[in-house]
Amino acid sequence: MVQQPLQTGGVVELRIPNKAEWVAVARLAVAAVANRLPFSMEEIEDMKLAIAEACTNAIQHAVGASSIEIVCEAFPDELRLTVRDHGNMSASELLPQSQVDFPESRAGLGVFLIRSLMDEVKYTLDPNHGTNLVMVKKVTR
Amino acid sequence: MDIKVLVRQSEGDAYVVELAGEIDVYTSPKVKDAITELIDQGHYNLVINLEKVRYIDSTGLGVLIGGLKRVREHGGSVSLVCTNPQIKKIFDITGLVKIFGIFDTEPNAMKALA
Repeated sequence: MVQQPLQTGGVVELRIPNKAEWVAVARLAVAAVANRLPFSMEEIEDMKLAIAEACTNAIQHAVGASSIEIVCEAFPDELRLTVRDHGNMSASELLPQSQVDFPESRAGLGVFLIRSLMDEVKYTLDPNHGTNLVMVKKVTR
Repeated sequence: MDIKVLVRQSEGDAYVVELAGEIDVYTSPKVKDAITELIDQGHYNLVINLEKVRYIDSTGLGVLIGGLKRVREHGGSVSLVCTNPQIKKIFDITGLVKIFGIFDTEPNAMKALA
């Protein structure tokens, strides 16, 4: 069964420049959309961090991407966040990580956090169209 | 969105790096610069006070990890002051609670350096 958005206008699309100073805008936008659903403050903070990590990965690894597309789809029982870039990212950046032991940098931390904080995470890599990341947070109350 | 960084000398040779605001991919270089400068000056016992930090992401964690690694090379240590439950949660799920000393107050963090 195809799930319909919560209401008309339940889909919010945003395009930000592929630059560090714009990540905060993505965080704020996702928080504003998430606030329309019955999420707790902690869950909203989880999604703010997940979207920021996804954008940060795109900025740091998506070679040639000038912008990042963010789509927020609000459903009655979940919020689906899609992050697309049109650059090239190494598949090794997306490998699942176990709990961090003693990393020397943030490498892997961002993906690990996304996988820890969101209920569903799916990456699609296309050499010609960049990276497509879909993250889902379920409504639990 | 910005990060405020205040560096002050505390007891002995320990230094406190007090941060206020949000630490992300845009602001973390400023934090890194402050920590790097202290280490380059030979200060290897640091308390990083995150009490006024509202948000931290993996780039911020990376800066803290990098600082800890460098001071440990010189026999030093980093203690964190953190009371924000969301930030503590991030340290918890990444396993960094096992690497950093995390304290509720600056005096307790300072004692841990001794």
